[in-house]
Amino acid sequence: MTVTTERRLSRLAAADLDTMLLIRHFELGLLDLFEQGKLNGTTHTCLGQEYIPVALGPLLVDGDHVFSNHRGHGHYLSRFGDAHGLLAEIMGRQGAVCNGVGGSQHILRGTYLSTGVQGQSLPVAAGVALHLRRGGDPLLAAAYIGDGTWGEGAVYEALNLARLWSLPLLVVVEHNRIAQSTRTEDQMAGTIAGRAQAFGIRHQRIAGADVNAIRELLTPLVEEVRHRREPAVVEFDTYRVGPHSKGDDSRDRPLIEEAARHDWYRLYAEDHPEQFAPADRRQRDRVAQIIHEVAARPASAWESPCA
Amino acid sequence: MRVAENLNSALLDLLAADEDVFVLGEDITDPYGGAFKVTRGLSTRFPGRVLATPLSEGAIVGAAGGLALAGDKAIVEIMFGDFAALAFDQIVNFASKSVTMYGRRVPLRLIVRCPVGGNRGYGPTHSQSLQKHFLGVPNLALHELSPFHDNARVLAEMLAAGTPAILFEDKVLYTQRMFQDGRIDDLFRYDFVGAETPVARVYLERPDEYDNVIIAPGGMTHRALTAMRAAFLEDESSSLLLVPSRLYPFTLDPLLPILAGARQIIVVEESTAGGTWGAELAQEIYPRLWGRLRHPIRLVHSADSVIPTAAHLERRVLVQDDTIRAALREADHA
Repeated sequence: MTVTTERRLSRLAAADLDTMLLIRHFELGLLDLFEQGKLNGTTHTCLGQEYIPVALGPLLVDGDHVFSNHRGHGHYLSRFGDAHGLLAEIMGRQGAVCNGVGGSQHILRGTYLSTGVQGQSLPVAAGVALHLRRGGDPLLAAAYIGDGTWGEGAVYEALNLARLWSLPLLVVVEHNRIAQSTRTEDQMAGTIAGRAQAFGIRHQRIAGADVNAIRELLTPLVEEVRHRREPAVVEFDTYRVGPHSKGDDSRDRPLIEEAARHDWYRLYAEDHPEQFAPADRRQRDRVAQIIHEVAARPASAWESPCA
Repeated sequence: MRVAENLNSALLDLLAADEDVFVLGEDITDPYGGAFKVTRGLSTRFPGRVLATPLSEGAIVGAAGGLALAGDKAIVEIMFGDFAALAFDQIVNFASKSVTMYGRRVPLRLIVRCPVGGNRGYGPTHSQSLQKHFLGVPNLALHELSPFHDNARVLAEMLAAGTPAILFEDKVLYTQRMFQDGRIDDLFRYDFVGAETPVARVYLERPDEYDNVIIAPGGMTHRALTAMRAAFLEDESSSLLLVPSRLYPFTLDPLLPILAGARQIIVVEESTAGGTWGAELAQEIYPRLWGRLRHPIRLVHSADSVIPTAAHLERRVLVQDDTIRAALREADHA
């Protein structure tokens, strides 16, 4: 079943809008830093998908475990708001969440963990959910994956375990229609709904970017995962507005334009201009300030256990 | 007590002593009790923590990694060690990496048990010795089952280290008896060298009288003993056998004085040729004993071949007691 939220986006609480804009400007800032040659390695931005972790944010509690992936800045920022620590991690500066060892896609903070190999997190999340189930508190493991991740066999092994063992596992799929450079229709036979159904796992597909409506829709579903200890798959029909990593967007122009047309950032600016403009300016300035501060820090230190 | 019983009782004691211990694997619950019966009785005693899984090695090790990440202690049985290839990502890219890749030490108490080795006629995909494929992975300790090392202590050491570990279990050992009280038979005695991770030392009359030194993981013990016995009775050549419990990282220091006194050092293992544990060990020994070695270190391993099923063919590929006997003879004539 797909629920499509209204085209006109409902007015957001200031804090939610701020977080979405923080993520947006953080990601734009990273692309800019790359262009200037100030970042090492690679990164994957979540431009266009910022609303998903923000919508889920208040549905998760402190003891829940969150598993993120290569495209995880939004997941981290929505949970911790800590742009300094994340940027320092990506830039290898002091104050980095993981001392610069993990970088963009390998972050651990409390019960939040990201890894860089597709599909790898789902069996781990199932193990954590088994631990939580035994603990007795109504806690869950939530794992963000993409549409491309469904090519990995680990996904199915984990779904099977989760259903067999009644594990409180919430699989959040950010289906952005493209896996790096490969369109989903060229890499996925059938549907995610069909695959969830094959395991007897509840599936909910959501189109549209209305954060308030998404939250209202998902609140009872997340509570069921938590209390009835049954896995569920929530699939967001979303759009990747930016490139896979940096300057590597090989999509045809109409596809890029289609993504831009669905960008919540543009839509929300249209729907709530008076709220949007000052908030947008504030977050843009804030991120610029954070970049300035973090870039000036000394390099991060790591006491290598192998040294 | 048989080696499999010792391992079974070590697992039982762990489960009884600590409510955070889980054992996961295919077909491990009663009444079947695992393909090699090592887990027999465990699920009856601890039904919620000894879990039979689907055929999903990647997910089993992944879920065990998740348990360990959440603070539990997880032990996985891979039915045939060969299938650990299906869990390579979870072992190498998740569990081992997680110990340090987040910039601070994250203890992961995870043991992957892998029955390995041939001479049982199980054929090319059920007989390998996979140790070499997991060598040199940061934060991944490799141990091997032996008839000398009490498994309660071995498992405790593996969990206490807080890094993922693999226990390779040569299948031929399961039905052998555990050695006890420093005595093997009328000819051989043994003691232990090194405190942190003790190495069993097998000797004839006295531990300081020997010609050659054989270093071999637990699974090679009986083949090495047979060869050593023949060498002594037929050629009056006396050998010392060193059997480590932990293969990697290897603690060489306590063994150096022993190795320095050898006419020849022979490293024996069942792995097929190429990139072997023995080659790794030899390159660790050379710089430490350079100038004191009387001969090059001799490596004894199986042929560069798949492992055939038919007994006469399998025997030709894998290291046997006569392979080691021949190596000893050559050492004596070197």
